[in-house]
Amino acid sequence: MYKLLLAWRYLRTRYIALASIISVTLGVATLIVVNSVMAGFTQEMYKRLHGILSDVVVESHDLNGLPDPDWHMEQIRQVIPDELEGMTASVQVPAMLNFQYNGNWITRQVQLIGVDRETYAQVSDFGKYLLHPENRAKMSFALREDGYAPLKKNFPAAGWKWRRARAMHEQALLEQQHLQVQQQRRIQEEQATTGGNGEGTLPDTDNAVPPASPFPLVNPEAGNEPPAATDGIPPVPYGQPVLEETGIVFDASREQHTGIILGIALCSVRHRDPDGTVRDHFLCRPGDDVQLTLPNSGRPPKAISNRFTTVDLYESGMSEYDSKLAFIPLDEMQHMRGMIDHASGIASVTSIQIKLKPGADLNSVRDRLQERFPAQQFGYRIQTWRDMQGPLLSAVQLETTILNILLFLIIAVAGFGILATFFMIVVEKTRDIGILKSLGAPSGGVMSIFLSYGFCLGVVGSGVGLILGLVLVVNINDIAAGLEHLTGREVFDPTVYYFQSIPTIIEPWTIALVVVGAVGIAVLASILPARHAARLHPVEALRYE
Amino acid sequence: MSSSSQLPTRPVQSLEMGRYQWGQSPDAAPAPDVKDPEPLALASYGLVKNYSKGKLQVNVLQSVDFEIRQGEFQAIIGQSGSGKSTLLHLLATLDEADEGEIFFEGNRIDNLPASSRDMLRNRYLGMVFQFYHLLPELNMLENVLMPLMIRHGVFRYWSQKRANTKRAKYLLDLVGLSHRLNHKPRQLSGGEMQRAAIARALIANPRVLLADEPTGNLDRKTGADIMEILRCLNQEQKLTIVMVTHDHAIASQADHTVQLVEGRMESCTSNDV
Repeated sequence: MYKLLLAWRYLRTRYIALASIISVTLGVATLIVVNSVMAGFTQEMYKRLHGILSDVVVESHDLNGLPDPDWHMEQIRQVIPDELEGMTASVQVPAMLNFQYNGNWITRQVQLIGVDRETYAQVSDFGKYLLHPENRAKMSFALREDGYAPLKKNFPAAGWKWRRARAMHEQALLEQQHLQVQQQRRIQEEQATTGGNGEGTLPDTDNAVPPASPFPLVNPEAGNEPPAATDGIPPVPYGQPVLEETGIVFDASREQHTGIILGIALCSVRHRDPDGTVRDHFLCRPGDDVQLTLPNSGRPPKAISNRFTTVDLYESGMSEYDSKLAFIPLDEMQHMRGMIDHASGIASVTSIQIKLKPGADLNSVRDRLQERFPAQQFGYRIQTWRDMQGPLLSAVQLETTILNILLFLIIAVAGFGILATFFMIVVEKTRDIGILKSLGAPSGGVMSIFLSYGFCLGVVGSGVGLILGLVLVVNINDIAAGLEHLTGREVFDPTVYYFQSIPTIIEPWTIALVVVGAVGIAVLASILPARHAARLHPVEALRYE
Repeated sequence: MSSSSQLPTRPVQSLEMGRYQWGQSPDAAPAPDVKDPEPLALASYGLVKNYSKGKLQVNVLQSVDFEIRQGEFQAIIGQSGSGKSTLLHLLATLDEADEGEIFFEGNRIDNLPASSRDMLRNRYLGMVFQFYHLLPELNMLENVLMPLMIRHGVFRYWSQKRANTKRAKYLLDLVGLSHRLNHKPRQLSGGEMQRAAIARALIANPRVLLADEPTGNLDRKTGADIMEILRCLNQEQKLTIVMVTHDHAIASQADHTVQLVEGRMESCTSNDV
């Protein structure tokens, strides 16, 4: 009874202990905030990593892929009948993406994935990251009329609405250019007939160049390949009524090429306005046409090109994916690359994505599939999504562990503070210890007073730290904004992370561990002073001045 | 009563606190003819205590024999450094003698384990000090209740809290501090603190009260008040009191006075109180 009473009274009256409490509080609060933010980032990253990758992937090293995907899928079904939830086949090849922006050709290296529109969304969260709500519900490679990214402020006009406006503008521009060229020719012919040298009478060539336009310019006389810019007239590969080699007229205002879904970072530039607002500037948007160059399945592979119409953008928040991946329909990809065997009609694929039922053991499934498709015979790469992102996940794990160790050292430092403070308090309370012993308090009882004191200190420090930490976590984005305002330095840069806010997750077990650890350290730190107090000789303690 | 060469009856077995019936020595034999003297409350025989400071050895107590019977009020007088406080600490089992034996109600207590000595101090010995030694964080009521808090666990203390508090208030009233229950020691005068210390020493209903210079830090009038309380306790409650003092006037108020000179028991006088 007296132990708790005295521990509590010491806690209330010895303000020097407040320093120890504050250090414990700050340590606990920091650990909670850092762990919550790290957990938030990690989970967000896992979600996004896993979102695009299915649970297990069977991949062929050959660009021609697995020769008979149906047979392979049947084998997989037989090997993992209980764990299997869904499966899809895809073709993945490196490709070059070209599109035109303000007269300039922009080239990007992409990983082109041919996906089965019916089954691909079943094995991954791919659909969730598309911008158009209808595509999120059901993926489609057809261009939508409008309504892309309803939650994004300042998202530009896209879809058919944009495509038609652009086609009309380009058409008008083309006619204007055509008129200018005709006028120029007429003047030249007149000069030739009158014999004048024409100097000073020629129209200003600068005036001949059309005004700056947000649309790529079109030259109907140009071929399919993007020509070099000459004579002030920008090269035009597509987008307007074009007389194709086949003789079919392509009307861009009413027709689209095969659809393609592009990673958002492939066709946008993130920048900051003068007022500090982060904005995405789109170089290419749904409704625009792009050109892809990719290897065919020949030996050796030859480059083939084709035009596609951007039908949606993909934003996972993982810059690695958003700046690299492009998706087209699987059958189109197989057709383009010549992956269909004419004799059998079987189209090959380069990988099979497998989705497992919740709770299935990924590693066990991978091992069984590796056993079924031995490397010596098939040479496939069979990996779980964790294997594929192994280095990144390990790095994040290592970072979290080291951060936790470092931060726990803060509490350990607080522990040493408690130890020093307690020694001071024991010295200060030497006479009280003598009094208690003279009244019959056993040494264990005296020790318990200071252990209880340490415990109370740990509990109070951790309790306040817990509340402070939770308040900080809940309001982390407001606090970050406040700090940015105060310091003028950016705390969380959305242009880097592709998150609009700092993700946090409060994990009860982690918090419990932090609190218990802090209380434990406080008690541990009070053991030595408590032992010292317990060993004090009562007579010497009573005589202590 | 004086120091004696005749040893009292001693139990052969070591003391087991809490089970042994205090004051009933197993070998105690009644003397039918003479009026029975009161049994011994505290006794020590051949006590030796030395302190070493480097190569210097100070012989504080040199074979001191001391006895006090139940209900007596005995003063130990001596100059500073004569060893009187050391003797009191040894009797209270706060310190350990280098040689000699100490008995409490016929039972040897100097060789008891630490836990039994703690229990003995808590239940049977009350202590009053020159500098009061109240706990500054606690108010008067809590200070007085402290021995009971030490004795009982949380549950038992709370179950008996009402009765304990009633007794503490009674004792504080007895020493004239009923209006100071919630005051901290720093808010009280020296005399009031000493009275509170006496109340604390009495809360456990001790058999012997050991007072180390109880008036040493007080003015004459306040010291006289404290002595009045001690005398009342001795005469009315039959409380055995051992008081250490250097003041002959104070010592003369006890039944008997023993004098310590340089660690030896020199003389014993009976006072005509």
